[in-house]
Amino acid sequence: MKRVVFFLALAMVASALAVCTSGSALAAGAIKIGGTGPLTGGAAIYGQAARNGAQIAVDEINALGGVQFELNYQDDEHDAEKAVNAYNNLKDWGMQVSLGSVTSTPGVATSVENNTDRIFAITPSASAVAVTEGKNNVFQMCFADPNQGSASAQYISDQKLGSKIAVIYKNDDVYSSGIFETFKAKAGEIKLEIVSVTTFTEDSQQDFSVQLADAKNNGADLIFLPMYYTPASLIFQQAKSIGYTPKYFGVDGMDGILTLEGFDTALAEGVILLTPFNATASDKRTTSFVAKYKTAHGEVPNQFAADGYDCVYAIYEAIKAGNVTPDLLAPAICDILVKQFTSMSFNGLTGDNMTWGVNGQVAKDPKGMIIKNGAYVGID
Amino acid sequence: MLAALLRFNFLGGLYMSFLSHLISGVSLGSIYAIIALGYTMVYGIAKMLNFAHGDVIMVGAYVCFFAVSRYDMPVIPSVLLAVAACTALGVFIERLAYKPLRSAPSLAVLITAIGMSYFLQNSAQLLWTSNPKVFSSVVGNGSVKFFDGRLSISYNVIVTVLACIIIMSVLTWFTGRTKMGKAMRACSEDKDAAQLMGINVNATISMTFAIGSALAAVAGVLLCSVYPTLMPTTGSMPGIKAFTAAVFGGIGSIPGALLGGTLLGVIEIFAKAYISTQLSDAIVFLVLIIVLLVKPAGLLGKQVQEKV
Repeated sequence: MKRVVFFLALAMVASALAVCTSGSALAAGAIKIGGTGPLTGGAAIYGQAARNGAQIAVDEINALGGVQFELNYQDDEHDAEKAVNAYNNLKDWGMQVSLGSVTSTPGVATSVENNTDRIFAITPSASAVAVTEGKNNVFQMCFADPNQGSASAQYISDQKLGSKIAVIYKNDDVYSSGIFETFKAKAGEIKLEIVSVTTFTEDSQQDFSVQLADAKNNGADLIFLPMYYTPASLIFQQAKSIGYTPKYFGVDGMDGILTLEGFDTALAEGVILLTPFNATASDKRTTSFVAKYKTAHGEVPNQFAADGYDCVYAIYEAIKAGNVTPDLLAPAICDILVKQFTSMSFNGLTGDNMTWGVNGQVAKDPKGMIIKNGAYVGID
Repeated sequence: MLAALLRFNFLGGLYMSFLSHLISGVSLGSIYAIIALGYTMVYGIAKMLNFAHGDVIMVGAYVCFFAVSRYDMPVIPSVLLAVAACTALGVFIERLAYKPLRSAPSLAVLITAIGMSYFLQNSAQLLWTSNPKVFSSVVGNGSVKFFDGRLSISYNVIVTVLACIIIMSVLTWFTGRTKMGKAMRACSEDKDAAQLMGINVNATISMTFAIGSALAAVAGVLLCSVYPTLMPTTGSMPGIKAFTAAVFGGIGSIPGALLGGTLLGVIEIFAKAYISTQLSDAIVFLVLIIVLLVKPAGLLGKQVQEKV
């Protein structure tokens, strides 16, 4: 009997302590921000970068005093089903504001949940149109794919970079094929001649000899590469080995190629890309962010890290302007943030004077960069 | 006259592009073949599908990469180091994960192998991060040129094809002529009978894994020399394609792995070049299905009657 009483007492102390700890978390008043991204698996580089970038922003904001944030990133392995499970975990944890998903395929799935649950979301980098389409509380920090595709075609035509264009894209990836579709439409509109279109998939992204031979035989002088930099690095190498030297034009996924360990940057000499973020820029915010990222993770941050960082700051500014307090429920915060995002103008690492339309897509200027002597140089 | 000349040039161009696609196909195929040799070797003897084979390849490539680029070791010692590391890893995996399941149903071993594959991938990610690395070829990036440079064969391809043929010949000789090889074949025919004849079945199977893993290291180094992106997931897709190649050629048959791998690579490249880049994978697997319908044991596989 004595023992039972002792255990009961112990249990009561324990529960009292538990109340205390959860009580103190509430008293600190942190707003809970959750996000999903591929932290493991083949796409882990993107998820980890976005998480690390967002964490740096959260640490900076918390150090200022005032509004406090608590960040929770869950792994989705770049898989739609796992992303929804991760999202549900975050909901159980009490997520009040969401960073959506890092990549497009999971992003399409979680944004539906965000919309039904009325939890505000801004994704760092899930650029597919389907992520924001028909959902008035889901926003993007990155360019939507159509904007990248049509901006690229316009840019190539305006700057007279090439007259016969070849495109190689990854047809099992919504990011790559989405950009290609709008590139093709815009090219048709402005009479930019596409002479060769070839594809590859996740399962066949090692050998590009056929695609390059097709571009070469059709006399293409510029190859448009709407893809991430890993397959692109193979394309540069294989083109060189067959003695083919066209110009290359990439999109934001090309960012990161110069920090690829062991990559011969001479292969990427002259590659042009439209990207919102330049890690070698000399402005104070970028240099401070790059320095912090390097100290914490030993690498130069890519565009995904900058997108993650910007997302947290955009939320921070909207929360300050809308007087959001941590005790509000997610749907109430959602209404305030939607109103703020559609009316505010935001300066971040990935662009100045960004604004958002009611469709959730961001308006900002893409920066044209060219790789010279192993570094990005702005064109405009 | 002029028309005839133009026609000749046109046909010459077609012929040349056919040849260059054929070379790409053989190059891709020889990579599949060299991985398939390891798969088929382990399956042929131990009668288990070692799905972690692709990931042992990845580890081998990482070891060689770090030896060359971080510690500035010369090429040959680096490759030998990779072979040693993979052999040790293969024996360790076998001891840890497969040996306790020797008498378990083959399905349990298969699932363990898949688990081991994920374990290796995720450990590699923890150790070496998911950031891709660019492997510099151990052979050098030059190529032999024919027809005024209109056709070129890279040193990588030549070395891979040669390595494939040498490994296949040595394995065929080893399993056919040596005492250890005979013990291996005995184990593959009937484990219990082999044991009764005084063969140490456990040691023989461990030996098979050691050889399979050593081959994986060579395959990893060559894979990354030809296609230089190195990531924790580098081995998994070529591993699955190579497994397909092994089945195509007749799993368990050593010359079958070489034939299956080469054919798979050539079919894949030709399907891409002459039919559609979009449909190439579908065509490859369609051919596989047709071959297996006609010859269920694969091209060179033995049709073994199940005794009841």
